[in-house]
Order: sequence, then structure tokens, then C-alpha cells
Amino acid sequence: MDWLEGTIVITSIRGKNLLSLNELTKQAILEVLDVAEAFVEVNRRTIKKVPALKGRVIASLFFEESTRTRLSFETAAKRLSADVLSLAVASSSMKKGESLRDTIATVDALGIDAVVMRHQSSGAALQVSRYVPHVRVINAGDGLHQHPTQGLLDAFTIRQVLAERNGATGTETGSELFEGLRILIVGDVRHSRVARSNIAAYVALGADVRVAAPGTLLPECVSDWPVTVVDDIDEAIAWADVVGLLRLQRERGSGSFVPTLSEFTSAFGLTVERARTMRPDALIMHPGPMNRGIEIDSVVADRSSAVIERQVQNGVPIRMAVLYLSVVGSVEESQ
Amino acid sequence: MRSIIIRQGAVITPSSHDVADVLIVDGVIAQIGERIDAPSGANEIDARDCWIGPGFVDLHAHLRDPGREEAENIESGARAGALGGYTALVAMPNTEPALDNVAIVSYVLDRGARTPLDVSVAGAITQGRRGELLAPLAEMAALGVRLFTDDGIGVQDPSVMRRALAYAKPLGVTLAQHCEDERLAAHGTMNEGLLSSRLGLIGRPALAEELMVMRDIELVRLTGATMHFLHLSTARSVALVVGARREGLAVTCEVAPHHITLDESSCATFDPLFKVHPPLRRASDVEALREALRHGDIDAVATDHAPHAPELKDLPFDEAPAGMLGLEHCAALTYEALGADSSSPEQFFSVMSRGPARIAQLRHGDRRVRHSGHGGDVVVGEDANLVIFDPTTRWTGDRHSLASRATNSPYHGRPLVGKVRATIAKGRLIVDNGELT
Repeated sequence: MDWLEGTIVITSIRGKNLLSLNELTKQAILEVLDVAEAFVEVNRRTIKKVPALKGRVIASLFFEESTRTRLSFETAAKRLSADVLSLAVASSSMKKGESLRDTIATVDALGIDAVVMRHQSSGAALQVSRYVPHVRVINAGDGLHQHPTQGLLDAFTIRQVLAERNGATGTETGSELFEGLRILIVGDVRHSRVARSNIAAYVALGADVRVAAPGTLLPECVSDWPVTVVDDIDEAIAWADVVGLLRLQRERGSGSFVPTLSEFTSAFGLTVERARTMRPDALIMHPGPMNRGIEIDSVVADRSSAVIERQVQNGVPIRMAVLYLSVVGSVEESQ
Repeated sequence: MRSIIIRQGAVITPSSHDVADVLIVDGVIAQIGERIDAPSGANEIDARDCWIGPGFVDLHAHLRDPGREEAENIESGARAGALGGYTALVAMPNTEPALDNVAIVSYVLDRGARTPLDVSVAGAITQGRRGELLAPLAEMAALGVRLFTDDGIGVQDPSVMRRALAYAKPLGVTLAQHCEDERLAAHGTMNEGLLSSRLGLIGRPALAEELMVMRDIELVRLTGATMHFLHLSTARSVALVVGARREGLAVTCEVAPHHITLDESSCATFDPLFKVHPPLRRASDVEALREALRHGDIDAVATDHAPHAPELKDLPFDEAPAGMLGLEHCAALTYEALGADSSSPEQFFSVMSRGPARIAQLRHGDRRVRHSGHGGDVVVGEDANLVIFDPTTRWTGDRHSLASRATNSPYHGRPLVGKVRATIAKGRLIVDNGELT
């Protein structure tokens, strides 16, 4: 079976749902990054608002706890002048006795243009998109499956930082900086929707992606993923242009996949010693929230090569771009 | 009881399929001949281009009664079965409460006796299907129960299973196993493989099934008991059972219609209609199962008809219950898997009727439970449990026009070939022209 067998191909998310980065071509990804770059400037203004989505209603539906993603999406929607309906839906829908279909029907009845959805079950956003085909669905993280806007903002951050070093803008460099870029993803790949989205984006953009994790935290059939599994993490850290760390998903039971947290840290954590062997210009990334002292040493996390805060910052323009493209749709439609 | 005359269908026996008329009088096949003069007032069925064979027997129907009557009850299940060409159903015991004692088994048998079909029961192996203490197998056997299973879950503890087999052997009953090691399948929702890995769904490995098949084959060897393997879904599981049979062990096996017509790629839509245990497997497993079916290695196709209320199938994939409907589409799906136009009618009736009737010990009537005989040859003197199957009709699956109370069929919109035209159960015409009479 081919890695992407059966997935649909999207060349632009204009007027479309954003459910999985596996569906997006390089062109579709670059379009989002370029639009986001234009929105960066909006976020630097005193009046941080444009009327792009004025009169549009965006529901933010979080079935699972989230601080930064939710805040980031809602900020993005407001900066586009959209009205935001914010619903926190507690725990599992089954426990509440309401089906996914009924929940979304209730929200849809209020009149919405788009829904930003986070759910603890893989595929929930795709299911919802079938129930309300007239509403644009933006996946804000579904189970272990995908976290598309995180994947996009990580790619955006890498391009932004590397382009700045070259004295260029990201838009000017296109995907050039990703050609052969050496990206190492370390940690709990198995339970990580961020890793799945990161890998989709980086591979589409042309990077050389490697992963390092204990055998138990590698996904099934990883040999058929479009990545290389590294045997020696120390060698790989010295090799990488970008080291992306993943949160050890202890809340998903990942704790029982490694003997002890300290063993995980000594074998796969980005410790001070390991960080010292990195290339001087290499970037350190983390999607947050960090387990300081587990996957990343606290001191390392605060180094200047760690672009973790930039990732958070870039969340807003990326989500503005995604909402704008998805909700406004085609250029003609927006007029 | 009105007589029935079936005109000019191919009468399917293990050795021939000659076109003839079949006359049914007083619930029994009275005459078979080239051209029969029907008694006045007889129901006449035109069976040109059709196969006339023994009514289908389903070894694996979840009728949800008692406990989940919103999804199905014995009457609605029997109607769905009749439309599917079934004359006998074995009701599975994972009801609420479980069919693990004489009182509840009697309730199901009584309700079943009010339907036109023969509804028999598979009793639970362990009390409450908890896999710990044996259920009163002998008492249930005295009521006519011949098949026992904890289906929905296999008996996980090997010592309990060994004890159950040793206890069952002298009773002359068969234990049937849902083979999946739950510790290995833990929390899994679809087949484990590259697709589950990409979709971020936790997998149920093929090995979880195969390990329990291996274990139980060895327990059969140890105890000398008889065992039936439910809904085998992998190439290796089937190969293991075929090997054990070759060694002379008393083992039989079934496949479910979905495992011979759908593969794991359906799960890529995250539609819970495609969630089932054991899960839909790789395309290569589907092909291997079809090959085994054509080769005669599979004793029965059994529906694993599993109705669920619609709202439960609108839950996310990992929260939704496993299982799908099968009674109304199984014959067409089996026909497809056997090669459609090229399928052998003998093989078709072997897996849809003769094989399952033998396993459920329904071959001969049982007065104690008022059951008639099923899965026999279409010959004079046999109980008139018959189906008239038209292998040329093309139709499309429609989950909103089923007799079942539930709608969780994965075959909505699927082109199907072969349809039940008429069902005769215990001498009564209960489905005519594809509709309930």
C-alpha cells in the first residue's frame, strides 16, 4: 500500500475544508504560507484588524481541552472581523449522551459559515464535514490523526526564520529553503497528530525528514512512512538543520510505552549535552505545551535557537490565512 | 395450509440442478417433477431463471432482544431474515441480559416460535459472558441449545476455555469462539497496518485473532471437543483451521459477508458504518477468504448481523459500537464472492444452508423446540424450508428501505447481483416477489 493511497488531492484550500495536510499539494501549502505572510503585518499594527470576514460567523467547537490553539484561532477570527461563537463541549460526546451529528446540527442551526473543531477522536472533523456539507470545517486537532494548522505554522516558522537569515522574505523564497532541509522529529511520533501533520507538510515541501523515538513510540508500519527512522539519535542531532520535539503524550497513556520518564529523557530528550552537539545555526522547535525536563531541558528550551515562541506567534497569521482562504473561497466569490 | 407450487426453477442438489416443478403440501415437499398439476387454490411461484434450494441458515444473528429492542427485536430480525432468504436463525447471546440461563433462552425461543422462521439460540459459554464461570450449559442443552459462545468477546482465559470444552464434549454441543485476544487488540478500532497508522486510529492486529485461533485449535486437540470458529477474517486464520481439520480435529469455521466484500480502505472515511470486530482486513485477506470459500474450505457464510441504533453510529469512529447489518444482503454478497456468474449453485447452498444447518444441528426437526429440518436436499419428504434465489437480478443496496429496525448497513449504494425472490419457511410462503407476504 502506498503511503497516500486513497487520499484526495487539494491544490488550493480556497472554499474548501482543511482536514488533513496529507491532502494538500505543495502549491496549496505555499498558498497558505504566502497569505499568512501578508497577515503578519496586520498583527504588527496598532489596530490589528481587517474586514475580510466581516459578517461571517465562525464557531469554535472544542471537545478537548486546549488553551493555545483555541486562543490562537479565536484571535485570528476576530482579527478578520468575523463573529465567533465559542463552545466548550465537555469530555466525550458519548458520556454526554449526544451524538456528534446532533451537536453539530445544533450549532449549525444558529447559522454559521465555518466551524473550527478540536476533538479527542481521530476523524471527528471529517465526520462533521459530512454532516454539514455547506459549512467549512477547519480541523484544529483530531485524536492522533492530524493538526493541520500546527503543521502549517511550523513550516511557516522555519521558512520565516531561514529567509530572514538570507535577508529575504518567505514569499520570495517559495519552497526553495525546504529542498533537502534536514529535519529531525524526536519523541512520541506514535501518538502525535502534530508529527503526522508536520511530516505531511515537510515532505510535500521537499525536506529530508527523519524521526527518532523509542521502538514503542514509533507508529505501526513506520518503514512505509515517507521518513527515515534514525538508529543513533546523537548522530541525527548533529546532522539536523531543524530539531522538532514532540510532547510525550502522558495523558494518552504514553507513559506506559517507556519504562521510566528519566530513561526516555536520557535516551531521547534534548538535554544540554545533546544540544551542545547541534549545528550552530540549527533550530529547535516544540508545538507546546512542553514537558520541561522530559523531552526538552528547560535551559535548552529558553535558548535563542529555540523558536518556540515564534511558533505560537505565527499561529495567528496562519490561522487567519486558513480561515480567510477556506471561508471566503474563490476571488470572485469574495466580491 | 395452502399448497405451494414452484414452477420451472433449477432444483439445486449437491449433484445436479435440473429444471423442475416443486409441489409443497402440508409443510413438506410432496412432489418434484417436470410438469406437475397443481391442486386448486395452490400458491403459484414462477421460478424461471431461479435457483430452488434449501432455505438459508444464519449461524450468527444479533437480534438484540432482550435489551436493545430499539435496534432490533426478534420479530424485526425474523422479517429481515425472511427477506434475505433465511428459514432459520441462530440468535446470539450478547443481549442485555445475556442468554446464559434457561429462563432467558426460553423467552427467546418463545418469541422466535411466534415468527414464521425457526429461531434457535446460541447460549453463552460463561455467566454474563464475563469469561469467568461456566454458564449452565447442560440445562440450556436440555432446551435444545446446540451452540454456545460468548460472541462479541472471546473467552480470554485459556483455563476457562479448556474447562468449557471439557464440559461441553459429553453434552454433544459445539462451542463457538469470537477469536480476538483482547489484550493484544486493546482499544483498537480498525485493522492494524499502514492505514491505521496514517489515520491515527489504534489498530486491532491480525495476530490478536490468529493467536486465539492457534490457542483454541490446541485446546480442541487437548480436549477432543468440537469447536466452531466465528467470523474468521485473515488468510492465516483460515489456513490454521484448514490445517487443523486436515489433522482430523473437529473444527469448523465461518466467514462474515463483510470480510469477503469489504477491506480496510473503507475505514479511511472514518465512517463508523465500517467499524466491526474483527475489523475489515487487507485486500489480500479478502481475496484469500474468497479463494478459500470457492475452494470449499469455509463451512458457512454467517451474517454477524449486528444492528445498532442510528445515533450510536453517529458517534466518532473510536466511540461508536462495532458491527454492521447483514441479513438482507448476505446472499447477494456471497454470490458475488463466489464469482457471481461463475459461482457454483452447489457451493452457494453449501455455505448458505447445508454447512450452517449441520453446525447448528438444525438438519433434522426437533419436536421439543418445535423446529423443522433445514439445509436438507430438495427431495420429496423433506420439510419445506426453501428459498427461490434469482441470480440474475441486479439491484442496489439501500439502507433506508430495510426490514431491520436499524440502518447500519455498509452496502448503501453498492450494486448487488442476485436477489431472493421467495422464501418458504415451514411450508408457508413468507416472501413472494421479493416482498414479505
